Amino acid sequence: MMSPLALLLALLLLSAAGYFIGRRKALYAADKAGGPNMLHSRPNYYGVLTALWCCLPAFFLFILWLAFEQSIITSLMVADLPPGLRNLPQERLSLFVNDARNLASGNIVSGEITAEMRAAAAHYVNLQGIGKMIAGVTVLVVAIAGMLFVHRHITPELRARNQVERAIMALLIFCSTIAIFTTIGIVLSVLYEAVRFFQQVPVTDFLFGLKWSPQMAIREEQVGSSGAFGAIPVFAGTMLISGIAMMVAVPIGLMSAIFLSEYANKQVRAVAKPLLEILAGVPTVVYGFFAALVVAPVIRAGGSQLGIDVSSESALAAGLVMGIMIIPFVSSLSDDVINAVPQSLRDGAYSVGATRSETIKHVLIPAALPGIVGGILLAVSRAIGETMIVVMAAGLSANLTANPLQAVTTVTVQIVTLLVGDQEFDSPKTLAAFALGLVLFVVTLFLNIIALTVVRKYRERYE
Amino acid sequence: MQEVLKKKSAEKRILAPRESRKTIGNINVQNPRMVCRNVDVYYDDKQAIRNVSIDIGRNEVLSMIGPSGCGKSTFLRCLNRMNDTIDSCRVTGEILFDGKDIYDSSIDVVPLRAQIGMVFQKPNPFPKSIYENVGWAPKIHGLVESKAETDELVESTLQKAGLWNEVKDRLDQPGTGLSGGQQQRLCIARAIAVSPEVILMDEPCSALDPIATAKIEDLIDELREQYTIVIVTHSMQQASRVSQRTAFFHLGDLIEVGTTENIFTKPSHQLTEDYITGRYG
Repeated sequence: MMSPLALLLALLLLSAAGYFIGRRKALYAADKAGGPNMLHSRPNYYGVLTALWCCLPAFFLFILWLAFEQSIITSLMVADLPPGLRNLPQERLSLFVNDARNLASGNIVSGEITAEMRAAAAHYVNLQGIGKMIAGVTVLVVAIAGMLFVHRHITPELRARNQVERAIMALLIFCSTIAIFTTIGIVLSVLYEAVRFFQQVPVTDFLFGLKWSPQMAIREEQVGSSGAFGAIPVFAGTMLISGIAMMVAVPIGLMSAIFLSEYANKQVRAVAKPLLEILAGVPTVVYGFFAALVVAPVIRAGGSQLGIDVSSESALAAGLVMGIMIIPFVSSLSDDVINAVPQSLRDGAYSVGATRSETIKHVLIPAALPGIVGGILLAVSRAIGETMIVVMAAGLSANLTANPLQAVTTVTVQIVTLLVGDQEFDSPKTLAAFALGLVLFVVTLFLNIIALTVVRKYRERYE
Repeated sequence: MQEVLKKKSAEKRILAPRESRKTIGNINVQNPRMVCRNVDVYYDDKQAIRNVSIDIGRNEVLSMIGPSGCGKSTFLRCLNRMNDTIDSCRVTGEILFDGKDIYDSSIDVVPLRAQIGMVFQKPNPFPKSIYENVGWAPKIHGLVESKAETDELVESTLQKAGLWNEVKDRLDQPGTGLSGGQQQRLCIARAIAVSPEVILMDEPCSALDPIATAKIEDLIDELREQYTIVIVTHSMQQASRVSQRTAFFHLGDLIEVGTTENIFTKPSHQLTEDYITGRYG
């Protein structure tokens, strides 16, 4: 009986051996044919090819086994149960099977332990052992068979390099699709819960409703709180705070980028650019403190001196601090794209007697615009998805208002409050979080698509 | 930035400190437009140009030739202070333009560059329309007031640059969409749109095919009637075809100056002779 880890190690050792065997065989074959130059590929490629044939098929087999091990063994165990048990209703049977499995692995069992259960558990352990043995032997046999198969085929004419390169390309493709499939997986899981939400609350009510009050009566006799799931106030809050943040971040970020790339000398730049980027490294939770404990009281005090009533969790405070947080995104990306504008364009502008500011306004910014717009839209996505600052500094009540001095709530804040703590997953209150998440995802996705399109369109025009 | 760095590393090949060599030939002309005396150029502490003195006459084409890294481009860029954009670059000596020292603190470099235009090695039209490429500089200098004036100036300038017939139907299209030779003529048009007195050209044909080169050379010949032109070139044939005077640079020194005819038929300095006959290079 072999544990999976030992099996993997054995596979690795076999592959290493395969490498040397394949390489030696290739050199030997070449010698017979008249020198190492007769080989189609360098000897190492024959070694790698042998190692790949040794480990890849065996590894896939191993993965397959891991994936299906439990269901195969369980069905075998069920087949061997006494007929009285086998004919139980479906739920009872699966409860029994679960208990037997738990008993086998030493976990807590739901009911009392019967003799039948003990027998089933012992049988399960037994089957598991046999299964592991068979799997281990099969995997090793496949590995050795693969190795021998290539070994037999190694001749000077074998195009080992092409095959190895194809395998490497497959690996690269696999890696690059991981991100895509993860995204699809995330979307599907959110979509699944959101659909469950929309079965209970109509889509139109959610998308166009003006009242957000997700509290629902859990027990029949509870008072009030029938629940209202109109998402407009929540999204309006997100837009308001993001809008304030962008009004802070875009001008400041862009201007600091222009200063850094065109006006600052090397020493200033060497100090200022990293300092600015440190802003991006401050944890958002710290920005949250700053917003809630420093900025909000200051705005409130300033407001009361002017005789304006400012909420202590105003959208303005959260937006301002979020804007500060986003500055390095805008400035760093813009600085990079402005720097990437070829020196020859600056020379061209200076050579016709343009001043530095004319050069920046009329030549550099237009040339760098696609990158700048892309950076800004990326920053918008970031602002919309930002959670910690608004959780700490924005309010919880969903006000539909455009007044930045009032408290508003955002999508992310609502998702957090809906999901924090013990929740039941079949009430619309909890499921609403997924619907909000889905819409948020769609919105940021669209922003990113627009950003990419803008960048591509202008790039065609300018190069 | 990279170009600057490349340029710097090219200049670095130049040598340990030593005395400058004496220039052979007559550096003076009657009634000069620009006068350069004892010009030294340093990148940090490396000297790229040593004690160069030369006059640039009115309505003449002066060509500057010499092996790579000899400092001719560096010297050219001193003439309209384009070297100001390179932090490490330092210029000493005197460069007079119509009698005024262009490195004097009272001189504003912006109008100076409008008077001494430049065309670069690689065509570098702005990422704007053809019309804007020509009309932009006059607009920022206030040379044109109305749309009609701009239209007129753009047309006459493009005609001077011999480009009008080729682009008159697509003035609103990006200048970067033209062919290499057309782009370079557009850059020349851009330079003459602000009515400069001197045009500096840094190997303007090095990226072009022979037909485009011939067109530019014809253009240079025509422009000579109105402008003073200084051209850096690696092509001996080009220097002999377009210029009236030629200056030969070697390792930061101005070795020989003379009429183009004399330089190419009876060079006085051995280095000049070696260079133009292709024995050195």
